Amino acid sequence: MRLRSLMTKGWAISLVCMVLLSGCLSEKEPATTTSGSNTQAATEASGETIKVGILHSLSGTMAISEVSVKDAELLAIEEINAAGGVLGKQIEPILEDGASDWPTFAEKAGKLLQQNKVAAVFGGWTSASRKAMLPVFEQNNGLLFYPVQYEGLESSPNIFYTGATTNQQIVPSVTWLLENRGKKMFLLGSDYVFPRTANKIIKAQLEAEGGQLVGEEYTPLGHTDYSTVITKIKEAKPDIVYNTLNGDSNVAFFKQLKDAGITSKDLTTLSVSVAEEEIRGIGADILEGHLAAWNYYQTTDTPENKTFVEKYKAKYGSNRVTADPIEAGYTAVYLWKAAVEKAGSTDVDKVKEAAKGIEFAAPEGKVTVDGDNQHIYKTVRIGEVGADGQFKELWNSGEPVKPDPYLKSYPWAAGLGE
Amino acid sequence: MEMLILQTFNGLSVSSILLLIALGLAVTFGLMNVINMAHGELIMIGAYSAYVTQNLFASYLPKSWYEGYFFAALAASFLIAALMGCLLETILIRHLYGRPLDSLLATWGVGMMLQQVARFIFGAPNVAVTSPSWLNGGLAITSTLVLPYKRLFIMALVALVLTAMYLYIYKSASGRRMRAVMQNREMAGCLGISTRHVDSLTFAIGSGIAGIAGCALTLLGPIGPSIGTYYIVDAFMVVVLGGVGKLIGTVAGALGIGIFNTLFETYTSASIGKVLVFACIVAFLQWKPRGLVALRTRSLD
Repeated sequence: MRLRSLMTKGWAISLVCMVLLSGCLSEKEPATTTSGSNTQAATEASGETIKVGILHSLSGTMAISEVSVKDAELLAIEEINAAGGVLGKQIEPILEDGASDWPTFAEKAGKLLQQNKVAAVFGGWTSASRKAMLPVFEQNNGLLFYPVQYEGLESSPNIFYTGATTNQQIVPSVTWLLENRGKKMFLLGSDYVFPRTANKIIKAQLEAEGGQLVGEEYTPLGHTDYSTVITKIKEAKPDIVYNTLNGDSNVAFFKQLKDAGITSKDLTTLSVSVAEEEIRGIGADILEGHLAAWNYYQTTDTPENKTFVEKYKAKYGSNRVTADPIEAGYTAVYLWKAAVEKAGSTDVDKVKEAAKGIEFAAPEGKVTVDGDNQHIYKTVRIGEVGADGQFKELWNSGEPVKPDPYLKSYPWAAGLGE
Repeated sequence: MEMLILQTFNGLSVSSILLLIALGLAVTFGLMNVINMAHGELIMIGAYSAYVTQNLFASYLPKSWYEGYFFAALAASFLIAALMGCLLETILIRHLYGRPLDSLLATWGVGMMLQQVARFIFGAPNVAVTSPSWLNGGLAITSTLVLPYKRLFIMALVALVLTAMYLYIYKSASGRRMRAVMQNREMAGCLGISTRHVDSLTFAIGSGIAGIAGCALTLLGPIGPSIGTYYIVDAFMVVVLGGVGKLIGTVAGALGIGIFNTLFETYTSASIGKVLVFACIVAFLQWKPRGLVALRTRSLD
């Protein structure tokens, strides 16, 4: 009896703790699911808002990247609201947590479209989450703005891709590397859809442009020991390591590469998933001299970027940094706003029609929505990490590059789409 | 030849890391039979303790002291993780002894809560710990054969922790009481040992060792809210393969997994290597369900 009562007491205490904790945790977010009834009441009362969904992983392994994109999107919404909103109405963001779990993304997307009837959703990071949400948006005729560079070979009528596709990041960077840093390339990536598809493209390109593949390695997501991979790189003696590792593995790889006595002077590495945010988590001393390919850096020299960085830091703290996907998320909100204003309505079909050819002076420079594939024209930039953790731009494409998700304009890429 | 030496060294290094993350679990799971899914988060707490210690040293102490921060960090990681473990044992796990499935679910939940708390305090992105400069670089045997100091340091640290644990468990009075309680709780209680205190202390020690592991891993890996999830499966694998309840088994398990993993990875790839290791473990446990070193006991489970 005594034991029983003790046990119930223990459970009660831990339950109370959990409730208290979860209460504390959800308090800070503006409008999460837990307060669903509140948001509904609020909209019924005012009726003067346009609801949009923001669907990123706020918990789980992807939260590391996605939380900052959410912050940038909220910043854009706040700015637009302060300037009078869209079509005279305020934008009301509804936050959902994809929880780094792809079925959850699909489920929450369905909830946002059917229950909250949002005009558009800004969200996703991994290709897996986008692929999970895609059928939901197509069935409900919703609108998704996806802010991250990805592996291409996709063009859904219900998705706007504001990150780079392969011909705006990977393909030009490989060409640049072959011209400037050597011919022998070692491909290193995490073992999932993006690196494998990207490397398929790179291999076809190497063959066409006179490069030489000396090794190819994939490690599971979250892999933390790179000693063997580094031994293999030493054996293969490449000029360049093309790095498509994603997430925390980058930290382990670069720390251990440095310990093995290999610096950026001995070996060129170019990463496509290491941005300012990741540099902070790895340490600038470790990454100094290594390269990355993106469309935007915090140091990108445009007047729009200067104000963007200032506002972002003012709102979220001076120690925060901006990076490519953060900028793409911010830009996405403004592109949607411009399209809605041009269409004079939030109706999905009208917005899509109006979005064609829309231009916006984004922090990364001028971007234009492509009428055919709903990607955007972006300038390609290759940067080198400096001692302060910021990128120094080594090369850029000069003008925004037309998106070509299926690489139709490259003869060597024929047959990759299958 | 050089590659062979380097890969042997890498195999030993991977083993030492596995052993470090599994040692704490060998105590909480191996000795106490608590399936502690929050073990990874205790590692995370250790890693963040190192981060905080580093920042404190950088901002409050003279520059010349900075290089020594890592030793203070090791101590802080141990103490903070042990304290967390003690707290966890007192408010939750104590009520779940003898109910392994419940403890699995509850500690899993605690793990997620701790991750979210870390995300709130430190933010979602990774943080950087600058390793002390005396650990940078490596022992150059030839121009291409370099043994990183950090990996050598971790090996030495593991040896030290293992020795300390051995002395404590097998040579001290407190360790003797711990073994008595784990072998036969009722009997030990009858003889006047406070089993409750022993439980708390044992769990705290196991957690503290996880904290040390977290601190050491900042040298090689990422430091973020979800790093615990990368290590938890490996830790359980080592303890289960080694045989629950014996320290020497854990050592053998870590050596086995580390060396075979490196070997397979050298000749295949990291993903395939991992699959092969898991396949071998499954096959081995079919043959010897109790693991490499079986604990002989008279108690009826």
